[in-house]
Amino acid sequence: MYVAVKGGEAAIRNAHALLAKKRRGEESVPEIGLDQISGQLSLAVDRVMAEGSLYDRDLAALAIKQARGDLIEAIFLARAFRTTLPRFGASEPVDTGAMRIARRISATFKDLPGGQVLGPTFDYTHRLMDERLATNAADAPSPRGGEGWGEGPERREPGAVSTVGSLPSPPAPLPQGERGVVQMPRVTDLLGDEGLIEGSPADDGTPPRDLTREPLAFPADRPLRLQALARGDEGFLLALGYSTQRGYARTHPFVGEIRFGTVEVSLHAEELGFAVPLGEIELTECQSVNQFKGSASEPPQFTRGYGLVFGQSERKAMSMALVDRSLRFKELGEEKSAPAQDEEFVLSHCDNVQATGFVEHLKLPHYVDFQAELDLIRRMRAEAEAAPREDLKEAAE
Amino acid sequence: MNAPVASSMPAITYNFAYLDEQTKRMIRRAILKAIAIPGYQVPFASREMPMPYGWGTGGVQVTAAILGADDVLKVIDQGSDDTTNAVAIRSFFETTAGVATTTRTQDATIIQTRHRIPEAELKAGQTIVFQVPIPEPLRYLEPRETETRRLHGLADYGLMQVKLYEDIARHGHIATTYAYPVKVEGRYVMDPSPIPKFDNPKMNDSPALQLFGAGREKRIYAIPPYTQVVSLDFEDHPFKVQAFRQPCALCGATGVYLDEVILDDRGKRMFVCSDTDHCATRQAEGHTGEMSAPYGAGAAAPALHGAESHRGTDGAIP
Repeated sequence: MYVAVKGGEAAIRNAHALLAKKRRGEESVPEIGLDQISGQLSLAVDRVMAEGSLYDRDLAALAIKQARGDLIEAIFLARAFRTTLPRFGASEPVDTGAMRIARRISATFKDLPGGQVLGPTFDYTHRLMDERLATNAADAPSPRGGEGWGEGPERREPGAVSTVGSLPSPPAPLPQGERGVVQMPRVTDLLGDEGLIEGSPADDGTPPRDLTREPLAFPADRPLRLQALARGDEGFLLALGYSTQRGYARTHPFVGEIRFGTVEVSLHAEELGFAVPLGEIELTECQSVNQFKGSASEPPQFTRGYGLVFGQSERKAMSMALVDRSLRFKELGEEKSAPAQDEEFVLSHCDNVQATGFVEHLKLPHYVDFQAELDLIRRMRAEAEAAPREDLKEAAE
Repeated sequence: MNAPVASSMPAITYNFAYLDEQTKRMIRRAILKAIAIPGYQVPFASREMPMPYGWGTGGVQVTAAILGADDVLKVIDQGSDDTTNAVAIRSFFETTAGVATTTRTQDATIIQTRHRIPEAELKAGQTIVFQVPIPEPLRYLEPRETETRRLHGLADYGLMQVKLYEDIARHGHIATTYAYPVKVEGRYVMDPSPIPKFDNPKMNDSPALQLFGAGREKRIYAIPPYTQVVSLDFEDHPFKVQAFRQPCALCGATGVYLDEVILDDRGKRMFVCSDTDHCATRQAEGHTGEMSAPYGAGAAAPALHGAESHRGTDGAIP
């Protein structure tokens, strides 16, 4: 029976065979396709791309399928693949001001140049289970009438005017690109014109350090912190951001703007002497606007927190902006009082691939170390049992 | 990747031993620096690996960076070639590098290990690669990296001395049994990884090169051959290793580290060599222990240490 203590290659093979079977599920049900995952579980794909730091919808969908829907496992697969890829250069900075907008909202202004564009959002949906979605048959609700969000068709008739916000919501999702012609200046740029908000840090030409090519070193500058946060765990950053709202290093944030859409990525080609477009990626950007009372050298003005994430993930972008702002306490002369301000704490623990690995390694055998502890505790117990008798002896003497 | 996939998917290929050559060069430079400054933790740009952090990614990266086509690799975990993680890492290098592997300590050119140093003395020319979870010996005394780097820079190890002293004051002896801190060549205090302190003396003046890789924590450190490695202690409380009262139940070895194996729910247990290669070698030489008697020397032992398990059809790795 003590064979069980050792691993054994056959046992591992069997476990992996069972895993493959479990992944496939009931075999009378058709196998799920990557196009289905990519198209119908697109926010899961977005999360894997964001935290996997690899913008590739097909690979992210493959990872989700292989990981049986375990997104952290899928992120891990994406990272382990990404790390083997050759680097042939760094892109030009993307211009989110020129983003082809699918969604853009501001919580600080009722209306603004370019307008409020709700786009595809769960906001304002009633979170009611929509049983008509519980089918994969042809009678599934038609997305053309806005069905399938728990709203019911009668409330989302084509052409109906939304009562929320100042703009009529579009009758059907617009094909991407049709809104691209509208100018959408960033809210922070609008505030910046009046000098009410701190400027974007000037580009001093220093290439940012690359977290994936250099070990994280402290103190970390803001580009490095933002890199770590961009690939950091959504749940961890959400909780940290939430903690700042609840008074642990409060920063009085407003959502200046959230925008989601596509931007062009270009690479400066040395041979040509100019930048060549490589393609488009989807990004979510959040700029928070935070109070700042002013200091000896700076007048009172708003300050910024910044979040930028692959795909559509407003929760992550907002959390990132909150945490980014908290981590800036020192440069803004604020008091340090909470975990969200502590860059060693935040950056050392925000990576879910690192975190899950180390937590789960406790499953590995530790019996050499445990043996040493067993031995120690037996010895200490033996000593403890021996001790009172000596006390009695002394008392008797 | 034989199944048809979306046409835009790039072809997935991997280099010899998984890592690309640029990454290997970066790791080799860190290793060279580590060898030049024995016991000093060299930061390196640790990569994501296809196994989880905490499961040996540091050791795997070091091994991948030093592995050549003619190397012979041995991988152990808890002293055994047959524990799940050792099997997984060995098969990883068999698959990605196609190198020869062995379970025999003396036949290996590179030994990757977790939590043990083999009982057989290592030879000149061999390299042992340790998997390290927390490379910083001062970490549990001082959580901040900025602070511990300063302490190492100043060789200020008072914190550690106080900790060991407090152990003695409280328990009458030093209560650290594994990952027992050492001082390397009179300069850096180093974490030997969570090997039992039983193994610490093997690090001193070893003819083999000892490399340590911590993947999640992004550190590499080293002990070059024939380097002085001293376990921290006090004059009146000298360093002592664990000693077992009974010999190995299978090979009768004494003076080795033993695993305790529980045999039933009524407190029956046996003690067997943690180093399975050492145990198997001794059994092959005809040594026996008290538990090998009913079966004869040859029959029972392979059941414990052999590669085949008779369980596990339900998928559970025991």
